[in-house]
Formats: sequence, structure tokens, C-alpha cells
Amino acid sequence: MITVQKNVTAMVGNHAVAYAVKQAKPQVLSVFPITPQTTMLEKLAEYIDSGELKAELIKVEGEHSALAAVYGAAVAGARVFTATSSQGLLYMTEMMYWVGGERVPMVNAVATRALAEPWTIWDDHEDFFSKRDTSWIMMMAENVQDAYDMTLQAFKISEDKRVILPVMMGFDGFILTHTMERLEILDDETVEKFLPPREFNLIDFNDPVNVGPIAVPDDYMRIKYEAMKAMEGSKEVIEEISREYEKISGRKQYGLVECYECEDADYVFVTAGAWTGDAREAVRRLRNEGKKVGLLKLRVIRPFPKERIREALKGVQGVVTFDREYSYGYGGILANEIKSAIYNSGIDVMSVIAGIGGKDVRPLHFQKVMEDVLEGKKFEERWLND
Amino acid sequence: MTEVPQYIKEKKVIRQQYFLRGNAACPGCPIPKELDLLLEVMGKKTVLVVPASCSTVIMGDIHGSPSTVPVVHSAFAAAAAIASGLSRELKIKGDDAKVVVWAGDGATGDIGFATVSGAAERNEDILYVCYDNEAFMNTGIQRSSLTPYGAWTTTTPAGKREFKKPLPFIMMDHKIPYVATASIAYPFDYQAKVRKAKDVQGFRYVHLLSPCPPGWRFDSSLTIEVAKLAVETGIWPLFEVINGEFNLTGISKVLIDKSKRKPVTEYLKLQGRFSKMSENDIKIMQNAVDAMWDYITELVKR
Repeated sequence: MITVQKNVTAMVGNHAVAYAVKQAKPQVLSVFPITPQTTMLEKLAEYIDSGELKAELIKVEGEHSALAAVYGAAVAGARVFTATSSQGLLYMTEMMYWVGGERVPMVNAVATRALAEPWTIWDDHEDFFSKRDTSWIMMMAENVQDAYDMTLQAFKISEDKRVILPVMMGFDGFILTHTMERLEILDDETVEKFLPPREFNLIDFNDPVNVGPIAVPDDYMRIKYEAMKAMEGSKEVIEEISREYEKISGRKQYGLVECYECEDADYVFVTAGAWTGDAREAVRRLRNEGKKVGLLKLRVIRPFPKERIREALKGVQGVVTFDREYSYGYGGILANEIKSAIYNSGIDVMSVIAGIGGKDVRPLHFQKVMEDVLEGKKFEERWLND
Repeated sequence: MTEVPQYIKEKKVIRQQYFLRGNAACPGCPIPKELDLLLEVMGKKTVLVVPASCSTVIMGDIHGSPSTVPVVHSAFAAAAAIASGLSRELKIKGDDAKVVVWAGDGATGDIGFATVSGAAERNEDILYVCYDNEAFMNTGIQRSSLTPYGAWTTTTPAGKREFKKPLPFIMMDHKIPYVATASIAYPFDYQAKVRKAKDVQGFRYVHLLSPCPPGWRFDSSLTIEVAKLAVETGIWPLFEVINGEFNLTGISKVLIDKSKRKPVTEYLKLQGRFSKMSENDIKIMQNAVDAMWDYITELVKR
């Protein structure tokens, strides 16, 4: 770590997240190695070995157990953290429902990666988006700074008494995990004030309870209704914590969505994740040519920020969604979620499928698609696979 | 109306219950008593981790539980991992509480086997008790890797063709500090083992043979009889392994002498699940039991 000025450094995404985790001071971690997340696990192991992070790192035999182990620790009151990617995320899926259903706070950093078969290690969002019904809050980072900032906010959102839900933070495999970027870090005292120790424990020997027992249908549905309410209610909390973080960091934070050049735009890109940066560059170039285009970045996927999306897209003629994953037999997942959020608004939704399995996408791709749209060449769905 | 017994009239408690009656176990099921005996030794500061099994149901629903200690329910394959996390965090908190996994044979030997093996290899500070009723009983008697040779189950209608996975020996080979087998028919032996295991640091494994009246097809009044015969025939040897040192316990010490062991038929004939076994099947089973005792004899000599 080379610090050029106070609190400014440069790190790869995996190390930035590990650094945020170190500052969040969890008591128990359990992470199983998987590319491209592994260097984060290695960094965490180093922090623990050097005594910089006083925590137990449970080196389990697979991701299902990684999530199970941190679940057990979190039930007993620990602040916990896990991280994974791709096949590992699929392998821990059963436990994701378990944790989401029991509503145990924790943070899971997901280095997004395409799914086998065919074998691949490159980035797309298929793994991340496949978890959208597990009752976890889902956030997605645009760059290394964002991944660092989001990790700290995720712990606070997760443990907030009005929320009590696990949070997964997605950041693009290799594109963010392995790319070194400028990073402003908070000092430890500021983080400690922002994120005081967790006060929670379900294990009481004087008043023992059954954690996660059977619920008959009436009870079960009531519990799920409460989870739905908590998820909806978390929108306000996410925005509040985002504002609080903005104050302590001095960096603009955007709550649920970020609008870039949306105000007078006729057409708007909708994105989530690292390629938002490419879309931003494309918007800048098109604006230089006098074209009225903008960008809507979803910072949070669950709860889906319908209200903010509707506000942001008021007066827009059409949107071009970019999906890095696909629901086979249906369409781009983001495209369809946007369609459903702005149902009956008269806004055109055009869906682009790109970057699947790590296929390269650049600002020029965004630019060309938008130029076509502006020339009246509209489409329902287009795959950028040539 | 039946007469109210004197001790109830006088409100005298005969013996404190550590796992309460009035639970959802089947008639003749040994699980509540096994838990009661376990908790009597382990004490109040114990957390039970229970994966999907008969005990999930026996533990009650969100409105109440027969357990007098906290229970953390677990997905089928996750118990040893959840217990690992619990144990680590309780230790960080400076709590001297004990974490006990209470799991069936399927959760231990089949779907959760990697998890159990992983926690054993890491030598997590937990007591793992496998109550082995030799099939997936809660789903309605489907074979598991711990179902014995020849046994009928709903998925082995003609009798199982494979042998029971020798889990206690497999756990012994993990070189963990404590491994024992036990039986509800010998409660003092069982409790003595739990007492020893309680204060050992690291991964402790106790394997309890738990006869299941509906699954094994015997009358619910015969649970203890069946459990006893499993030991007397040598099918279920009672032993413990402390830091690698193998010792037979209780009646099993005598059974190293083959002539003292009852023939396996004594055990088999009480149970409907073995009714389709041929003479040859019985011979195969007897030979397997004798071979296991040859192995045990070597272990004792070692």
C-alpha cells in the first residue's frame, strides 16, 4: 500500500473490500477460495495473521459451510462476513435462503462471474442476479471506491434495527476485483463511530429459544409478510445511511439510484455494476455532440427502487437497458424489471444483452447502440455478440 | 378414571426433566430420552444444533419447545458448520457454553458428511452426537448409507444390498480427541461417555444406535430390548477412543470372545425390516459382524 497523501491510496477491488472488512471489525469470517474472489480471502488471512484484524477465520470445506459457519456465529451475536463468486454462490444458495429467512445480519461480497457450463472464470452478472429472491438486500458497486464504501454501508444497513436483513454486495470479477484504482479510505476512528460494535444475541441460556424451528402455514406466511415489510422499509434506511456516509467521507453517495445527465434527457441508459463507467463515458461523448442522453445507475437491486426509477425517468422517451445476464426463455433480467417498474408509463424499453461470460464491452458499444436509437432504429432486444 | 399417583398429589418431582415430555416423538422413540440423558450431563449452558431430521419435528414449532436449552435449527447438510461458527463466537465472548450437534444418520453420514469431516479435520470445539436410526425416518423410511445389509426400507423393498457405512471407525480415523459408540439400552455407559466428552477440547463424536419402532418394524414396547440385542449380538459394539486409544466398554468387553456373542438372528427376528432376509443373507451378515470383531480385536491389541 503506497499512500501518496493522507487517506488516499490505490488498491485492487479485492483488497479494498478486505480493507473495509478489517475496519468493520467482524468477529468471525468464513470464506472459501474461488476465482476471482480468492485474493480477498488471502488478504483477510494476512490481516488476521498479523493481528491487524482480531477475528476468527473459519477455513471450511466449501461455500455451503462458509455461509453456515458465519450464520452460526451471527446467531450468537458476532458481526460476520463472507465472500464468494459464481459456482460458490450457487453452492451456498440453500444457506442464503436460510440466512435471509431467519433474517440474520451479515455481509457477503460477491465477485461476479459467469456460470458453468461451459467452464469460465470471466465476469458477468448471471450469478448475482440469480439470487434476487433470497430475501437479501443486493447492492452493486461501480468501481473500487464504490466497493469499499458500499461494504462499510452494507454492515450498517444490515444491522439497522429497522432492517435486520443480510446484504450482498456485488462487484465485477477481475474488472474490479483485480484492477488497481485510486482509493480514498476512512480512518479507523471514523469507521468505528459510523459502525459501532454489534449488539445482538439470540442465545440466552436463561431464556432459551428455538432458532429457526418449524412454522405452520399461518405463522409462516406472517413471518414472510414481515420480511417483505422489512425489505420495503429498508429503502429509506439505505438512503439515510448513504447520506450519513456522504457526510463522514465527503464523497457523493447516491442511495438507491444515481442519475447522470437525466434531467433533460430523451433517452437514458440503465445499468448496474462496473460497466456503468463505460456508459458514463458514452453519455459524456454524446452530450459533447449535443445529444440529449443520460444514465440511470441502479445502486441497489433488492429492494428494487421502483419509486426512484419512476421519478428519474419522468419525461424520458425511452430507455436502453444493459444486461450482463439473461433469463433464458424470457429476456434480460434488468430489462424486464425496469419494464415492470415503469409499466403503463409509455416509455420505450430497449434491451441490450452484452458482456456475457466476460465478452469485452467498451464505451464505444454504448455509444453506437445509442446512436442507432437516436436515428430511430429501435429494437426490443439486441445481443452484442458479433 | 385412573387414580392420581401419590408423588403427583404431593407435587414431588421424582427426577428433573431436561428434555420435556409431551413432545412430538412417536411411541417408543428413544430420541427424547436420549436427549434428556444428554442434557442432564451437559447442563444448562448447552446449545443444540439440529439439522433436518425427526428431531426437527420433536423440537416443536415457533410457539414452544420441549428443550430446556437453546436450539439452533440447521439445513440438512450444515449442522457441523453452524456449530463451528457458534462455538467460535461463544468462545470469543468468553462464554464457557458447550455446542452440541444432535443429528441423524442421514445428516451425518450422507448429505452432511463433508461438513462433519471438515469440522472434525479443523478440530472444532463441538460435541457431535449422531443418533442413528439407520434410515431417513422423518421422510418415511428411505435407505441411508447407514442402513444395514438386508434391511427393508421404502427404497430397498427387497432389502439393502450394501453394508452399513462404518461411521464411528471413519471418525476415529480423523484422529479427533474423542470418539464413542453408545446405546439407549445402556444409559449409564452413554452418560459416562458424554461426561468424558463434555470437557474434552476439540471435536468429539458420539454415535448412538437409536432403534425406530415404525421404521424397523417392531412393537413400540421393545425399543430397549432391540437396542440391547444389537449390543449383545455384537452388531453394535460399545467402545470409546480417547486420543487414539481404543477401548471396549461395558458388556462389549466380554464380547471380544466370539462364543459370548449371541447369533445375529436373535436381533434380526424381532424386526420386520429383516423379515425378507434369506439364510444366505443372514450368513453374510454374521460373517460381516465377525469380521468387524476381528478388526476390533486388532484395535484392542494395538
